[in-house]
Amino acid sequence: MGANYLAILPEISLAVLAALLILIDLRLKPERKHILPGLTAGGLLLVLVATLLFARPAAGAGESIWGGMLRHDLAAYIFRIIFLFGAAATAILTQGWKTVERRGEFYVLLVLSTLGMTLMAASADLIMLFLAIETASIPLYVMAGFMTSDDKSTEAGVKYLLFGAATSAVMLYGFSLLYGFAGTTDLYELSAAAAAGDLPVLGLAGVLVLALAGFGFKVAVVPFHFWAPDVYEGAPTPVTAFLSTASKAAGFAVILRFLLAAYPLEVANWGGLVAVMAVVSMTVGNAAALAQKNIKRLLAYSSIAHAGYILMGIAAGTVLGATGVVYYLAVYLVTNMAAFAVVIIFFNVVGSDDIASYAGLSRRHQGLAFAMLVAFLSLAGVPPLGGFFAKILVFAAAVEANLVWLAIAGVLNAILGLYYYLMVLKVIYLDRSEDESKPLPVRRSHMAVLVVCLVLVLVLGTVLGPLYDWSTIAAGGLF
Amino acid sequence: MIPLSWYLVWAAALFAVGLFGVLARKNIIAILMGVELMLNAVNINLVAFWRYLDVRDITGHAFALMVFAVAAAEVAVGLALVISLYRRRQTVAADEVDLLKW
Repeated sequence: MGANYLAILPEISLAVLAALLILIDLRLKPERKHILPGLTAGGLLLVLVATLLFARPAAGAGESIWGGMLRHDLAAYIFRIIFLFGAAATAILTQGWKTVERRGEFYVLLVLSTLGMTLMAASADLIMLFLAIETASIPLYVMAGFMTSDDKSTEAGVKYLLFGAATSAVMLYGFSLLYGFAGTTDLYELSAAAAAGDLPVLGLAGVLVLALAGFGFKVAVVPFHFWAPDVYEGAPTPVTAFLSTASKAAGFAVILRFLLAAYPLEVANWGGLVAVMAVVSMTVGNAAALAQKNIKRLLAYSSIAHAGYILMGIAAGTVLGATGVVYYLAVYLVTNMAAFAVVIIFFNVVGSDDIASYAGLSRRHQGLAFAMLVAFLSLAGVPPLGGFFAKILVFAAAVEANLVWLAIAGVLNAILGLYYYLMVLKVIYLDRSEDESKPLPVRRSHMAVLVVCLVLVLVLGTVLGPLYDWSTIAAGGLF
Repeated sequence: MIPLSWYLVWAAALFAVGLFGVLARKNIIAILMGVELMLNAVNINLVAFWRYLDVRDITGHAFALMVFAVAAAEVAVGLALVISLYRRRQTVAADEVDLLKW
């Protein structure tokens, strides 16, 4: 319960980094402002290294620190690494994004949002959890609406805020009732109070539905997904990349801890509801993606479908399920980041997000086309890429938990998903266009992000051992 | 003393009014006001539970304080975004903000 400064080293250093960025932005001459993205990414990578070296918890169930506000365990640790990597990649990908790259406040918001996410992954108290979710969300509303001279971006910002504020109020109403039932806001004391057996089951079920509204919004699962396509399309694409990877992972980190580690109801009571949400998410996401003409909207619906796959691991409610969730999110981060990196590079040169404008990309830039191929095949779950093994894990978890119908629905959806990913690849590789001979310059830094992500996609699909072991230990520590 | 359930029913009614406002109103400012009503319902719940549980344990109070601090931040950002929307589109009606769909 005591003060453990090393355990919150990432949070402390992120706060310092945000403060430093404000100061540097003030002192920097206008013609030097282009170093801001690199500076932010460098800072985030330093925090990442410091976290890897010094903030590692002991394997096992973890411990509550800082008066029970935070939990210091391996799950929180892995998620922090995921967020920091995502934020650093996002910062680099904003290079060349005209309305953003010279604005110091954007990078401060990015760092603060990351800070909120790292706290989300570790929160062990309802008050802390609420604060962390809002710390992560409020900067994201601003970032989504950051291009104030762009009609779509302002609209995306407002829509994101309205959905976010409403769902978080519903979630908070659930939290207030939960506090009333149990007399405590400490998640781990909650489950102890339930073990004593004096909490109303019906009330707890109601609270769960209310809380799921807030969490479901963060991860964009049906029926709380309506914001996703609009915000993904309207927001600056680097922000979209951040939303679909790190923000989604943060939401799932909360769901994992809240439902599996802390909530005083057995899986049998809510597993069915979550399983239904998973199936509906996959189906709606994949079906709507089939009709999309805009690559960002396609990726938005694909991300709704992926939230469904990941939810399967939660619905299983077992150690294998939680392992699958952690593994899936790590793979999804690098895969989707690679896909969005291609979208960003392409948009910077061509100025279009239409899928049709990708025609002839393979002749125009072999490397980019190949990157898209690897990313999309991994999203579709083709071996030997990371996405394949991640899907195997969550499907296996569903089967292990006697939810065979859920696994079958997942497999059918994976086939449906493969179709629209291949449609985009067909445009890239087979369709011809008049622009094929025009050059498509790629920044070195963007290429570096792309290469790192693609290597990780391959590594996570072939060298399964290290991350799988980590995830298993982390998942085991949650129960 | 007034029983706890009265406060809870009052909060639930307020929450329902707020939720109705969020779902039914067209003006974005009015939607934000609906959200505020929902958050006020949360605060009534928290403070009522605090009073009827252990008065020495101030968790409920602390939670309520956090809720309205964050609510203020959220509204500040919300109104800023609405202003930036209004500058572009000269409207704050949610159903006229329909550039992005399907």
